[in-house]
Amino acid sequence: MNKTSAIAVENIVKLYGDFEAVGGVTFEVADGEIFGLLGPNGAGKSTLIRMMTTLIPATAGKAVIAGHDVSREPDAVRRLIGVIPQALTSDMDLTVEENLSIYAKLYEVPRAQRQRNIEELLEAVDLLKWRGAQTKTLSGGMRRRLEIARGLVHNPRIFFLDEPTTGLDPVSRVAVWEMLNNLKTIHNLTMLITTHYMDEADRLCDRIAIVDHGKLVALDTPMALKASVPGTNVVEAQFTRESEEWPSQLKKLAGVTKVESQSAGMYRLLTSNGSLTTTQLVELAVNRGETIKSLSVQNTTLDDVFVHYTGRQLRDEQVKALGFVMPPRPGA
Amino acid sequence: MKRMMAIVEREMRKFFRSPALMMVSMTLPLVQLIILGNAFGGKIRGARMGVVDYDHGSQALKIHEAFNAIAVNIRTFTTIPYDNEEKARDDVRTGRLDGAVIIPAQYSRRVLAGDSPTIGLVVDNTDQTMSSSLEAEMQSLVDALNAPVIQPKVVQQIALEIVELYPYVEYMKYLLAGSVALAMYVAVMIGGGMLYIDDKARGVHEGYLVTPITKWEMVMGLNLAGAIKAVLSGVTLTVIGSLLAGLGVIFHPMTVLQLSLLIIATSIAFNGMMFLMMVRVEDPLVPRAMFGVLNTLLFFPSGAISPITGFPKWLRAIAVVDPFSYAVHGFKAILLKDGGFAAIWTDLIFLFGFGMLTLFIATPLFKRTL
Repeated sequence: MNKTSAIAVENIVKLYGDFEAVGGVTFEVADGEIFGLLGPNGAGKSTLIRMMTTLIPATAGKAVIAGHDVSREPDAVRRLIGVIPQALTSDMDLTVEENLSIYAKLYEVPRAQRQRNIEELLEAVDLLKWRGAQTKTLSGGMRRRLEIARGLVHNPRIFFLDEPTTGLDPVSRVAVWEMLNNLKTIHNLTMLITTHYMDEADRLCDRIAIVDHGKLVALDTPMALKASVPGTNVVEAQFTRESEEWPSQLKKLAGVTKVESQSAGMYRLLTSNGSLTTTQLVELAVNRGETIKSLSVQNTTLDDVFVHYTGRQLRDEQVKALGFVMPPRPGA
Repeated sequence: MKRMMAIVEREMRKFFRSPALMMVSMTLPLVQLIILGNAFGGKIRGARMGVVDYDHGSQALKIHEAFNAIAVNIRTFTTIPYDNEEKARDDVRTGRLDGAVIIPAQYSRRVLAGDSPTIGLVVDNTDQTMSSSLEAEMQSLVDALNAPVIQPKVVQQIALEIVELYPYVEYMKYLLAGSVALAMYVAVMIGGGMLYIDDKARGVHEGYLVTPITKWEMVMGLNLAGAIKAVLSGVTLTVIGSLLAGLGVIFHPMTVLQLSLLIIATSIAFNGMMFLMMVRVEDPLVPRAMFGVLNTLLFFPSGAISPITGFPKWLRAIAVVDPFSYAVHGFKAILLKDGGFAAIWTDLIFLFGFGMLTLFIATPLFKRTL
């Protein structure tokens, strides 16, 4: 374990009876890094973060935060970290400022510094003019910004955020990302973020660990993770008619390393040469007298990385977790 | 200490932001005090008594005169003449009458002859209160009729002289002690138990648990806030209830001191008990489901409604360990009897001790982790 790491987790395990929520995860987070834990619901991300933030004891293994062992020195760890839980837990009946003030007192921030910190944070999260408003009158995005300010009211060194943008609209999500980037720069923070949004992990994190079924399946920078996936581009094509020959035909196209059948007539091709593959695909369709209903070319995304390492799509897990059943396609 | 006070500050700010909590915690006890206080313990007035007179003699006339006196003065009942005993019985059975008196034929002759005359009284004994009241009134009337016209030289009857230590205590005053205790219990149940579990379920406690607050500070902060809410509720209901019931003792400085101590002791006892019961509960439905059961189990055996000495042994055993019993006893001793510290010191010791004991047991059970 590197002594200069902000967070060092070594072979950490959490068992609930026979169920293994986290099974021997090991990683390190460097000082000043934004580290992402990416995985579907139920992957063990929240359990991991809760073990690191002293909320639940680990069954085995070790977590060291800024040089302090979580199980042996929980109080020292609590003083150094800020935590934003998944749920919005600010007090609805209290005002924005009161929420921050109560937490500053819980961390025993001296009065003068308390007031200064609150002012700075309210400005940073753009809630200055809402300081006297009751939290229940704020929008979801504003509440999330308040929670972020609350987690920083005692100037922590390491900031843990458990799915900080879940439930927010796209505009609010982008606002939160920008705010987190600014706060990281201003406060020189180390951040650990759990998320199941690929774009969030891609945009915010210096390094990403993909977690699935309580295990760490990949860990690297977003760029390196994308590069590790065979094929650098993804071509998605939908034909008006389904044919059993399509997979074998598509596999023969230049640069194609993998062909995935998405749904009726829809194929996803991983290729090392997106433009050449696209040209040949169009030619193939013309030669066979087929019509291409839709066609798109894109660079490899973290979605592809996730599929590559876990063998399934992240959104499938989310749909299953919500108990949602896709309606049948018209005409299918 | 500062962290503990931060918890108290948060709880109190929440409490004052939602006055509905205060209102709800006092509504039930106040309604109970006003409705039960007026409904029970009052004397029967204006009952309907059928009179079947088969005699119409001079002695029957004396009974009619006595009935008229009752109707005008004490007004327990008014009479309705009947000429048929069967009809009068039917009307008692169907509720048109509350009772019926039958003066048999030859009644006056038998009185004058000293031939053990009788008067019939038909009552509906499914209503114990009404039938007892009519029976008592008729017994008084018969005793008066039996009194000799000329007093004998040696008095044959020994009278019991009753010395009442206090002025007549209306039932509303009797009930006030229980109502104050009930208001404090409701404040602890809603303001302590329910909000505590709701906060847990909403993840508010998760926010606290990642701060450096210690287990002791958190337990004490939550309990101190709960006790303050109960004290506020107790003080408010004591003042409102005393004014409603017409008790002026609350304006005496010594009574205020005794009441303050008892209210604080009761708050600590109720809060400790509630915390012990809720310390490991996670489901917000549990305190709501327990509310009614606990209310019945603790309030009714406490002697707030009727004296503990009238209970069966098993119910008395509950009363012995029920903090409600000591709170009710203490409030009665102060509000109704002006008994001073001598009357309440055992209550104070029990309540403080009970509160400390329950907190002592609950603190190790409180989980500092999720």
